[in-house]
Amino acid sequence: MKDVGGTPGKAEETGEGYGHVLQPGLDTTHGVMLYLDEVTVSFDGFRALNKLSLSVDVGELRVIIGPNGAGKTTMMDVITGKTRPDTGTVFFGQTMDLTKMNEPEIAQAGIGRKFQKPTIFAHHTVFENLDLAIKNDRGIWAALFGKLTGEQRDRIDEILETIQLTSLMKSRAGLLSHGQKQWLEIGMLLAQEPKLLLLDEPVAGMTDHETARTAELLKSIEGKHSIVVVEHDMEFVDTIAHKITVLHEGSVLAEGPMESIQNNEKVIEVYLGR
Amino acid sequence: MARPELSQGLMRRLYDGPGWMGVIAGFGIIAILIPLLNLAVPETSAFHIPDYTVALTGKIMCYAILALAMDLVWGYTGILSLGHGIFFAMGGYAFGMYLMRQIGHDGSYHSDLPDFMVFLDWKAYPWYWKFTNHFVYALVLVAVVPAALAAAFGFFAFRSRIKGVYFSIITQAMTVAFMLLFFRNETGFGGNNGFTDFKRILGYTIATPQTRIVLFIVTGVVLIGTLLVGRFIVTGKLGRILVAIRDAESRLMFLGYNPLLFKLAIWTFSAFIAAVAGALYVPQVGIINPSEMSPANSIEIAIWTAVGGRGTLVGAILGAAIVNGAKSWFTAAFPEYWLYFLGGLFVIVTLFLPDGVLGLIHKLRSKQKS
Amino acid sequence: MRNWLSAVVGIAVLLLGTASWAFDAQTAFKLASGESDARIAAIDSVIADDDADAIPFLQKLLDDSVKISKDHAFVVDDSGAATDPVTGQAATLPDDADDVINNNRIRGEIEAALAALKLSLPDRIARLDAAKALQAGNVDASKLPLIQKAVAKEKDAEIHEILVQLEAVIQLNSPDKAIRLGAVHALGESSSPSAKEVLSSRLASSDETDADVRAAITAALKAIDRHMLGYEYAAEVFTGVSLGSILLLAALGLAITYGLMGIINMAHGELMMIGAYATYAVQNLFKSHFPELFQFYPVAAIPVAFFVTACVGMVIERSILKFLYGRSLETLLATWGVSLILMQGVRTIFGAQNVEVENPSWMSGNFTISASLVLPYNRIIIIGFSIVVVALVWWLLTKTRLGLFVRAVTQNRAMASCIGVPTARVDTLAFGLGSGIAGLAGVALSQIGNVGPDLGQHYIVNSFMVVVLGGVGQLAGSVLAALGLGVVSKFAEGLTGPVIAEICVLVFVIVFIQRRPQGLFAMTGRSAEG
Repeated sequence: MKDVGGTPGKAEETGEGYGHVLQPGLDTTHGVMLYLDEVTVSFDGFRALNKLSLSVDVGELRVIIGPNGAGKTTMMDVITGKTRPDTGTVFFGQTMDLTKMNEPEIAQAGIGRKFQKPTIFAHHTVFENLDLAIKNDRGIWAALFGKLTGEQRDRIDEILETIQLTSLMKSRAGLLSHGQKQWLEIGMLLAQEPKLLLLDEPVAGMTDHETARTAELLKSIEGKHSIVVVEHDMEFVDTIAHKITVLHEGSVLAEGPMESIQNNEKVIEVYLGR
Repeated sequence: MARPELSQGLMRRLYDGPGWMGVIAGFGIIAILIPLLNLAVPETSAFHIPDYTVALTGKIMCYAILALAMDLVWGYTGILSLGHGIFFAMGGYAFGMYLMRQIGHDGSYHSDLPDFMVFLDWKAYPWYWKFTNHFVYALVLVAVVPAALAAAFGFFAFRSRIKGVYFSIITQAMTVAFMLLFFRNETGFGGNNGFTDFKRILGYTIATPQTRIVLFIVTGVVLIGTLLVGRFIVTGKLGRILVAIRDAESRLMFLGYNPLLFKLAIWTFSAFIAAVAGALYVPQVGIINPSEMSPANSIEIAIWTAVGGRGTLVGAILGAAIVNGAKSWFTAAFPEYWLYFLGGLFVIVTLFLPDGVLGLIHKLRSKQKS
Repeated sequence: MRNWLSAVVGIAVLLLGTASWAFDAQTAFKLASGESDARIAAIDSVIADDDADAIPFLQKLLDDSVKISKDHAFVVDDSGAATDPVTGQAATLPDDADDVINNNRIRGEIEAALAALKLSLPDRIARLDAAKALQAGNVDASKLPLIQKAVAKEKDAEIHEILVQLEAVIQLNSPDKAIRLGAVHALGESSSPSAKEVLSSRLASSDETDADVRAAITAALKAIDRHMLGYEYAAEVFTGVSLGSILLLAALGLAITYGLMGIINMAHGELMMIGAYATYAVQNLFKSHFPELFQFYPVAAIPVAFFVTACVGMVIERSILKFLYGRSLETLLATWGVSLILMQGVRTIFGAQNVEVENPSWMSGNFTISASLVLPYNRIIIIGFSIVVVALVWWLLTKTRLGLFVRAVTQNRAMASCIGVPTARVDTLAFGLGSGIAGLAGVALSQIGNVGPDLGQHYIVNSFMVVVLGGVGQLAGSVLAALGLGVVSKFAEGLTGPVIAEICVLVFVIVFIQRRPQGLFAMTGRSAEG
């Protein structure tokens, strides 16, 4: 067996340097959860995304900031399959080409999205909303004859506790307050058990208390899940962020921890003007 | 904290106590009371239910089944079909083929072929009439052909994400296309006269009170059965998914559900139900012709559902009964005014009664309580 | 001097008199008596003289109103009173006067002679009828000179074409090969089915023995087919464009109410119907009160129909649609209800049967390019009318303030309201405009087709097809779609018959929308709800 370099014998132990058999599903053996390369999207001549390249590691909590129109929501649309890029590649893990999958497939593969505006099922109860979201068989037979397992029911109870809606379990979701709806949607996201969470302005319209709780929640699930948060609220960003990506006019302007971003000339120019 | 029981006993899930009482009462009236009052009670008695009432009620029950089919796709899933008349009519035609065969030699020309084929100078049955003299085959046709058409149409429409009014308009186009097709004599379905003059079904003469009552009871049983199956669907997870599609389809997609699958399933099932309703309708009404496929008829189905109360199942039955009952009354008493009434109904229900009559009752009841 | 002059005049009159008095008592007698051959010879001489004065007598012969005595012919009317055939004055009928008997051969010859003579009458209709009669009857060499004379004189294109053909038909039987070839060529130029028939029968019969002429006939037949095809093609294109122009008018109003405002108006067809009935009412008004101005009634009907339907539209908008903005499915159902009410209303007022709307004289008749290409004036005018209306609407939407407001409101209602656009009023006016245009479509329809309470039903599905096909919100798209659909369905009709054609068009549109939803169906853009 050829030695590929490094400590003699180590190769056989770690498998480093060798390929591995491809398994179906998400493959994150190289530690990358999400990979965008030179993604371009134009709407009627307007370039929403301009050769955008970024990558998110497994277990990372990344925050994306940028002025309005920078392309943050379009980027989310591309990742979740709502919009197809004109050029560029979008990969989930090593092997899943997101540009070739449709929205349900992408969601089933393990990407969950929370929208800017809380999007929940108004006519259903809080419990039913979570019941719909809980990770299980998405087919017809299951819909007709499937039942919630004990484990799933426990999980829903757990989430209800986390989002503090246990007492409102049987209420119509449409009757919740704005902040509660945001939380319900986050709860639904958690119920999906996604490997990658995309949160589009999760604390918009929340009180300070709620914002703090949201930060706590995110920090608690970081590591087990990979998270991408788009936000404007810089205080919130400060509490949760390790690495920040600044988007501007459809591409990455700067990337790095909070201090370096705050002191970055280009960022200051873009945000504050000249 | 008690969890809501999502896996209750089936019976309890379908209906609560009062609900089941209603179902049983309905069954009793249809299967026992009316047949007794029609067949056993003499005609001179005040309690006698005349034949035409039986026929009318049977017809309305067929419409009620059709309205249930509509409620499933529109009331619950938000798909406004303005072409459901196609499936109804096709079911009727499929069963009608069997009934035409059953005329045997008793037609005006005393030939093997139905009269209209003799008119056209045809010498033999076309290929698509093969086996239609067998009752079971006719049932198979009723069950399969309209549903297959629905599946094909739905697949292409839902896959292209056609929604809302666009979808409604192309269902209109579809029904017009078929209506024109069936108006042609060469299509082999009786042209603009359609099928009529039925004599027998399964060997029994159609025009007797006994046969009519049997058909009546069968229709009633199918109606109740459809209601219960509908309840099973809407009280279960599938029902919640359908409502989710109606309210926030994109959200559902991002949760990993493929709406195409569910829409196609309920759409095909609904077409199947509509076809069954059509098959029950034809022997009771005695005629089927292409005007059943007219766009106006299909649009009327929507108003039955809306009048009763969308998304309630029972509302659909109620609405079908109210509107068709009114139609019978108007066309007998003030024929000139029927269309004013119907048109006005469309306007009033959409403006003031978005939840239909049931919704109104609900509102009044809750006002009373508070 | 005066004597000489009067002599000259006298001789001139005599000579002229002799010329015009070629039809005299003797000729009349010869026409009415004797053997068939002799009579036919007499007929031929009358034709040769091209004597229009013979026409009345020939007509009387045909009517069996002539009797003869020993040497004189008399015209006898129903009461038995006799007149002189030449002078027209009363004459006494001798007792031995016999009826004139005309066998079929004589009849045919007299008819043909009459037709030939009538070719030089001043009245166009008479000449046209004569030419057509000759076409239908038997023509032979005896008629040739008159026909040729008529060909030289005839200015009217339609009659000229028939005469040229007749000439060629006669010459086809000429013993002279060169003349026959010339005739074949002349017939080959035409595009009428009758020319084709004449040539084919000549080819089929054994009369034509010359190989060159036979070859020429075959070539000429092919040429006729080509011409016919060309004209038929042009005729179909024209009818398609005509249909397209009507669809365009029908869809134009919808392009505004649906394309721009997003309102599904199922009563759009009924607004057209109201426009047609308004035209009917104006027609009746003119008939009873201004009969001298009847020709102008369509011009008066245009503003009336527009105004009436615009008002009806605005009432619908104010009372119903205003409360349903944004709820398309409800709007669809509510407007369907309105359509039922409108239809029944019209039935109550005007009755359920179709009503009679006449074309004024300047719209009646056809523009004939050839036998296969006859363009009715009313359709030509309607095409022009559609163009004018489209241009006006385009101008209104792009160059006026109202158009600007309409576009602003439909693109961003909240913003428009913020900058002071009176959105409610703009909605009402825009819907009124769309409805008024539907009324104009109704005026057009009344001139072309039947007017009845369910006139609108035929157009509603097609109108939506046009708007959806052309691209919701785009006027140019609607124009193209309407014309395209019109032409395509006419061609399809020619191939498969009207019913299958309509089905194919519907299926085509359904499939087309699915393949190319034009980005309006697929979920793109920011809103999560799509």
